[in-house]
Amino acid sequence: MSNYKFFDHTADIGIEVTGQTRKDLFVNAANALFDVMIKSRVGEISTKQQKKIIVEGADLAALFINYLRELLYLFNGEQFVTGRCEIIKFTNKALQARLIGESFNSKTHLIKTEIKAVTYSGVKVEKIKDGWKARVIFDV
Amino acid sequence: MSDITLEKLDDNRWLLPQTGSMRVPGIIYANEKIYQLLKGDESARQVANVAHLPGIVNFSLAMPDVHWGYGFPIGGVAAFDLDGGIISPGGVGYDINCGCRLMTTNLTLQDIKTRLSDLTTALYHHIPSGVGSTGSVKLSGKDQKKVLEEGAAWAVKAGFGLHEDLETTEDGGVIAVADPEQVSARALERGKQQLGTLGSGNHFLEIEVVQEIFDEEAANTFGLHKGQIAVMIHTGSRGLGYQICDDYLALMVKHAQETGIALPDRQLACAYLDSGRGKNYLAAMACGANYAWANRQILMHKTREVFEKTLRMSPREVNMRLVYDVCHNIAKIESFNICGVVKKLCVHRKGATRAFPAGHEAIPVRYRGVGQPVLIPGDMGTGSYVLVGQEKAMTETFGSACHGAGRVMSRSQAIKTSRGRSIARELSEKGVLVMAGSKGTLSEEMPEAYKNVQDVVQVMHDSGIAKKVAKLKSISCIKG
Repeated sequence: MSNYKFFDHTADIGIEVTGQTRKDLFVNAANALFDVMIKSRVGEISTKQQKKIIVEGADLAALFINYLRELLYLFNGEQFVTGRCEIIKFTNKALQARLIGESFNSKTHLIKTEIKAVTYSGVKVEKIKDGWKARVIFDV
Repeated sequence: MSDITLEKLDDNRWLLPQTGSMRVPGIIYANEKIYQLLKGDESARQVANVAHLPGIVNFSLAMPDVHWGYGFPIGGVAAFDLDGGIISPGGVGYDINCGCRLMTTNLTLQDIKTRLSDLTTALYHHIPSGVGSTGSVKLSGKDQKKVLEEGAAWAVKAGFGLHEDLETTEDGGVIAVADPEQVSARALERGKQQLGTLGSGNHFLEIEVVQEIFDEEAANTFGLHKGQIAVMIHTGSRGLGYQICDDYLALMVKHAQETGIALPDRQLACAYLDSGRGKNYLAAMACGANYAWANRQILMHKTREVFEKTLRMSPREVNMRLVYDVCHNIAKIESFNICGVVKKLCVHRKGATRAFPAGHEAIPVRYRGVGQPVLIPGDMGTGSYVLVGQEKAMTETFGSACHGAGRVMSRSQAIKTSRGRSIARELSEKGVLVMAGSKGTLSEEMPEAYKNVQDVVQVMHDSGIAKKVAKLKSISCIKG
């Protein structure tokens, strides 16, 4: 089951992600980011490479955006496709995560949408009845 | 825009009254038809949000191609006082100096009709396009620094084009305050491979034919005449620009509390123009702008080569001349008369084009008698307009006009609407040959996804900001 959906935005792509816990929310958001951008022609993205990231933010919303910005940079700048993300440490202002994935290869990865940036515009991360919800706009 | 009420000023302008902590009112350029479209999105709210920023002068403005962006609306114009005003990376946008360049030729449709398919294919193969496309120009660290400092002039010196091309590029294709030291290692790395590439999304290269002339004098001055073949290029600073914006925006969001500026949306994060952070961003943004000018210069040179080679003609026979190159995502320090006093302001144009009138010293000498060319690309099926800046732009819009048709349909909506249709075939039936790297891009960029460029341009014409000079029809288009 998909734990993200699109909301309508004229120029860009808006997504709404949910998760049972804050950690789930962040993991699901990483999956959503790559799901919007890439389709793997061979099914699963391999677990050949690992990367560790440390991200900070002044509050939960800033942390959420900075975390997605880091994943997007690793893709755009270092051609690293995140297949799975594990959150190792988590507070509302900092996190450590292990990214498992592979290098981009145009033969096995099909780019669906180029995301230029993860924007702070209208960002919202909130507690809902049965978990957490976040809204974010990607500049495409 | 449920909670915002606009007041009609005249047939082409709507006032967004100053309420709450807005520092100035807003003005949106729109006719009745475009006004109706505004109701469907959040762009009016974004015009109001920009009006909260410190040092904003006169009005928060939106051109008739206004649509919902992030932070600033797309089509937004706002000027800030150097004394007490701010600069905002989000007010420039991720694609720093995204812009257009229009070239004319000595050719007519008759000359290339039978070769159009070959020409389009050759352009598609010689001009790298698509997501993350890398170029044939590989830069050493030292060369890249020069590109960032010198802009289009670096490209000409490196053999991509003619010195005279610089004369008809906005600001000669360079912003002088550029300082590569203010650009992150990440941005530099992304920029190394992408010079001389078109990119994806709404970026394109089109072959067009001049279909209609509205202003003979201006058209003659710009070297445009009916039936002539022209080329329009739309692209920007690629990954380097996106990364500069991203880096500085994060920095300004992080320090937002320090500056004490209350922001209605984090994406409006900014720094005072006289602060270290503000000056550093301006210097980094200038690097992004210069890279974009070098990029478009290289793409024009490649286009010249493709035309000459494919048509087996000499440079003199093709005679591909640069009419003008404009940027439409930028912040510039420019002078304006504010209540009788000439002041230097930082004008943000986020999806807006400079439109200086006749006599302005920033215009190339050969155009100074008529005004600056304003290049307005439409959707794929329609083509483009050339306008000329008017005096009223100086008093009303900080010398700015619209930049395109403006989206009206979200990308997912466009993909849904185009399901089961072949956009390429529909365009070919309209006489436009299209080559695109991805079918998705074609669907997202389908003509119905945009406002009618004719309506947008007419608002600028009727309000006296920029007058129509010529209309060009696209006959072939390459996209990423």
